[in-house]
Amino acid sequence: MSDMTHPTAAAKPPREHALAEAFLMLWRDKFAFLSACFLLLVVIAALFGPSLLPDQALQMNLRGRNAPPFELERGWLYILGADNMGRSLLARLVIGSRYTLMIAGSAVVLALVVGTILGLIAGYRQGRIATIILRGADILMSFPSLLLALIVLFVLAPSVGNVVLVLALSRVPVYLRTCRAEVLEIRERQFVKAAKVLGASHARIVFLHILPNVVPTLMTLATLEFAAVMLSESSLSFLGLGVQAPAVTWGLMVADGRGYLASAWWLSFWPGVAISLTAISANLMANWIRTATDPAQRWRLEKRTRA
Amino acid sequence: MTGHLLEVENLSVRFHSRGKIVDAVRSVSWHLDRGETLAILGESGSGKSVSASAVMGLIDTPPGEILSGSIRFDGRGILGLSAKDQRELNGRRIAMIFQDTLAALNPVHTLGHQISESMTAHGIPAERARTRAIELLARVGIPEPERRFNEYPHQFSGGQRQRVMIAAAIAMEPDVLIADEPTSALDVTVQAGILKLLKELQAENGMGILMITHDLGVVAEIADRVVVMSQGEVVEQGPLAEVLGAPRHAYTRRLLEAVPGRHGYPAARDLSSEALIEIRGLSKYYGVSAGVLKTPTGREIKALDDVSLTLNKGEVLGVVGESGSGKTTLVNTLLGLVDPTKGEVLYRGKSMLGPGNREIARNVQVVFQDPTASLNPRMKVGRIIAEPWAIHRGVLPRAEWPRRVAELLEQVGLRPEHADRYPHQFSGGQRQRIAIARALALKPEVIICDEAVSALDVSIQAQVIQLLKDLRRDHGLSYLFIAHDLPVVRDFADRTIVMQGGRIVESGITAEIFEHPRHPYTQKLLASRPVEERMRGHITEPAE
Amino acid sequence: MRSYFRQRTMQSAISLFGLVVLVFFLARLTGNPTDLLLPVDTPLAVREEFAARHGFDQPMLVQFGRYLLDLLQFDFGESLRDGRPALQMVLQAFPTTLLLSFWAMLISLVIAIVTGSIAAWRPGGVFDRIASLISLAGASIPNFWIAIVGVLVFSVWLRALPTSGTGTPWHWIMPVTVLFVRPCGVLTQVVRSSMIDALASPYVKTARARGVRSRVVIFGHALRNAMLPVVTVAGDQAAGMVNGAVIAETVFGFPGIGKLMIDSIMFRDFAVIQAAVMVTAVAIFVLNILIDLAYALLDPRVRHG
Repeated sequence: MSDMTHPTAAAKPPREHALAEAFLMLWRDKFAFLSACFLLLVVIAALFGPSLLPDQALQMNLRGRNAPPFELERGWLYILGADNMGRSLLARLVIGSRYTLMIAGSAVVLALVVGTILGLIAGYRQGRIATIILRGADILMSFPSLLLALIVLFVLAPSVGNVVLVLALSRVPVYLRTCRAEVLEIRERQFVKAAKVLGASHARIVFLHILPNVVPTLMTLATLEFAAVMLSESSLSFLGLGVQAPAVTWGLMVADGRGYLASAWWLSFWPGVAISLTAISANLMANWIRTATDPAQRWRLEKRTRA
Repeated sequence: MTGHLLEVENLSVRFHSRGKIVDAVRSVSWHLDRGETLAILGESGSGKSVSASAVMGLIDTPPGEILSGSIRFDGRGILGLSAKDQRELNGRRIAMIFQDTLAALNPVHTLGHQISESMTAHGIPAERARTRAIELLARVGIPEPERRFNEYPHQFSGGQRQRVMIAAAIAMEPDVLIADEPTSALDVTVQAGILKLLKELQAENGMGILMITHDLGVVAEIADRVVVMSQGEVVEQGPLAEVLGAPRHAYTRRLLEAVPGRHGYPAARDLSSEALIEIRGLSKYYGVSAGVLKTPTGREIKALDDVSLTLNKGEVLGVVGESGSGKTTLVNTLLGLVDPTKGEVLYRGKSMLGPGNREIARNVQVVFQDPTASLNPRMKVGRIIAEPWAIHRGVLPRAEWPRRVAELLEQVGLRPEHADRYPHQFSGGQRQRIAIARALALKPEVIICDEAVSALDVSIQAQVIQLLKDLRRDHGLSYLFIAHDLPVVRDFADRTIVMQGGRIVESGITAEIFEHPRHPYTQKLLASRPVEERMRGHITEPAE
Repeated sequence: MRSYFRQRTMQSAISLFGLVVLVFFLARLTGNPTDLLLPVDTPLAVREEFAARHGFDQPMLVQFGRYLLDLLQFDFGESLRDGRPALQMVLQAFPTTLLLSFWAMLISLVIAIVTGSIAAWRPGGVFDRIASLISLAGASIPNFWIAIVGVLVFSVWLRALPTSGTGTPWHWIMPVTVLFVRPCGVLTQVVRSSMIDALASPYVKTARARGVRSRVVIFGHALRNAMLPVVTVAGDQAAGMVNGAVIAETVFGFPGIGKLMIDSIMFRDFAVIQAAVMVTAVAIFVLNILIDLAYALLDPRVRHG
């Protein structure tokens, strides 16, 4: 009833409070918190690992060939065991994280940028261009990503760049469709109509009114997609269609270890664990972001208070 | 205890939701007898439907928690019945209908199936249920019931769907019918038809009706007794005439005070004949196309058909029409969002249509219906209000913006520091004030109010209209005030135009339209909302 | 409904044609298609003769027309490895993959619908939390790793299941498992969330207010509606079965279309790859039409739209 001058909500917290608030919200969801820690660890490993362990991952040690895990006599680097050339598996996992994350990350960013731009165009401007864009996306979407990757990587050589390109290409439609659907909904909202009536330019409407409202959805999607793309990359590497040695990715490590399954299971096992944990963490983080950015859901992570 | 048919006593319900504890209702008591209609009147968030949900056993625990109280039906306590016993009651003895019929009916089942289900769920054989369902469809006024029995909810109009819901509800001839805002989503003429049907059915089978509504007009039309609720508590209850005629509680008085059209017509003012906006012969036709290739069928829908009107300086012109009347197309054309098929729109003699009219457009601003939707949720209020200056460079130097935003906020009854907040931190009425501040930023001469108060609670509605009146007085504004309902324009508009099917069917001085409506449609509109007449019978004129 | 159906079929057909064009131009991207179609060590004279015979010296448009004509006659060329028609090899492998995918999809759907519905009954409850975590893990763990761990545990350590071949039902257990885990995880999440929405919907409330039995409310009203998004996602997952089939068949030496594709890539046997891709694409085309039909059957709004 009391509509006059009584602010209904507490004053907006300053920026540092917002950060602290985000951290508290993360802390309250224990799974998301663990996921965030794990992802942070993986990112740190990918960023600094290769420069900290430049030799250990390549150093062959014939006496330590296929050394089993959980033995500390060769030092902590060998806690996960050694591969068929006596190289520390832990060190190789750290080195492998760089390519794995880099490829998945670049593909996600590339697909996100291209898909968002095309989605904005297809959603905001209807007509022939939109139709062409959507038909293209339909074609890409109607066939399994691996099938596309198979042909493309067969024709083009499977270099890092081509793998990123193929992965990005197969994921562009996901962002495109999501972005377009959101734009179609938002452009009919009254605040866009209000801006139009004020005489706002198309650029202003798209970048100031529509895009900021699409971004949270796209961020959640990108996090989810990171897991999916990493799994695709690993599958390609496992099949021998991804990046080639001497580059190392986790998927490639699983494939390399296949031949030693009977004698040294850990060669394939650990990189698979790394892939699984990273993918699970990314999925959990995506769920958390979705909850945290949805005003109607956010309360689940906020402090329980009495009204 | 006395033998009331349905009696709720000291009911308190709490919800644990959104991480908060909400006491939805506190110590609510009311009763209902056979053949009478009890209205529970309340604005949004008043807890008006909670006790009805408790009667139907629809409060899930958790998140709900029934703290205290009792509900007796036909002398038997029914609060906390087993699921099986509750099922025996629901639909057979107590039935319920809801507001949003499209959501409340299952989209994948035929309506016939859903009506029959009310009977088969209580042991009626399928074949008999079918026969009876077709009879019921005919009874509630659905033409061709045999054929429509097999159709789905999306194939019916909103009013028809509500009739079907009623048919399903009365199938077992219940003793009590609970109607939760059954007419709120409907046009007023359709609304009147539904209320009439309910009254007829009540006369036929003597059921008690519990009408839950926010609308005083509906209460005045149908209720025998009224329970007024505010913030989870019953503030007043009694016979209709008593509550409306001599309200005891301050809240009820405020609510009655806020009813549009209570204060007579606007005083006749000397209106200048300086035309600001002139619309001449405006038409908008939409071609109907069909098939995969979207081939035009040659048929046309006339959304606007030869509409002409003039808005003079300092005037408030009301435009009233139900859905499909063309009022939305009219606004969109005025705002340049839709190109008309024919006709012209002039602002001070210059065409407003087509490109190159930015300067003209500056002088005509708009306030939309839904204040939540019309403000960008990711912009701070200050930026929202300053946006017109960002678009029309040179109107106001950037350094001046904060000062001017503060001024505007104060003009619309908010505080300068509110500029730093986001729209979701405000209530509906406050958000509409923000939208008005934005409309004022360019110092326009005309503001188009596109259903600007329709989404607000009655009391808030009155406050926003008062603000619009004050602004007109202070700034010499003119309003084109679009509404779907007559009462809102009654004490605000100097002149009123009534639209139907894309055409203007009647226009004139507001008092004339209300007192001597000439067109049958206007008469029907007025007859559908007898709130003034009813209330005039009940309410003693406010002493002024 | 007929127009909806025609429109969807048309869209799928356009997509299929798009793929045909894509494959054609990709094959020409590398410059000379003889590089793709002939073994790496083919002498120049043989190459030229081959190019002339297949019209690779003709203008691009003529080549494209010829390529289309061949496709219409189901002529994909011969395999480099044993000279058999590529299509024949593909069609021979196809039923194995189809059967594998069928079982995997069936098991996924049954588990997903049961688990998802139970989880949705009490969101946030113990069962829901466990089911959510397991389904999330199921959707995240790479299937090739599941295959390898499966071989390690059941074949190497326990010696309970065979590692390759198709002879007995035992041979099918691990490939089907590898294939169903991911779709099952994804579908469980979809069933759960759409079932939560359906159970909280006004029409469920209305049904309860009519005194309808809980069983009918859950299965007749809620689940029926919740199946709509599930059908769409299940369709995508079924189309994506090829992805998993490639992995499962490679690891378990299963003579399906996935293994055929990977083997052909190793041999650079382009004709077979092309045939395999096209056959898969047609299968997915048919699948999409079936999904649309199922959707229209379930949703009257689509039927009348």
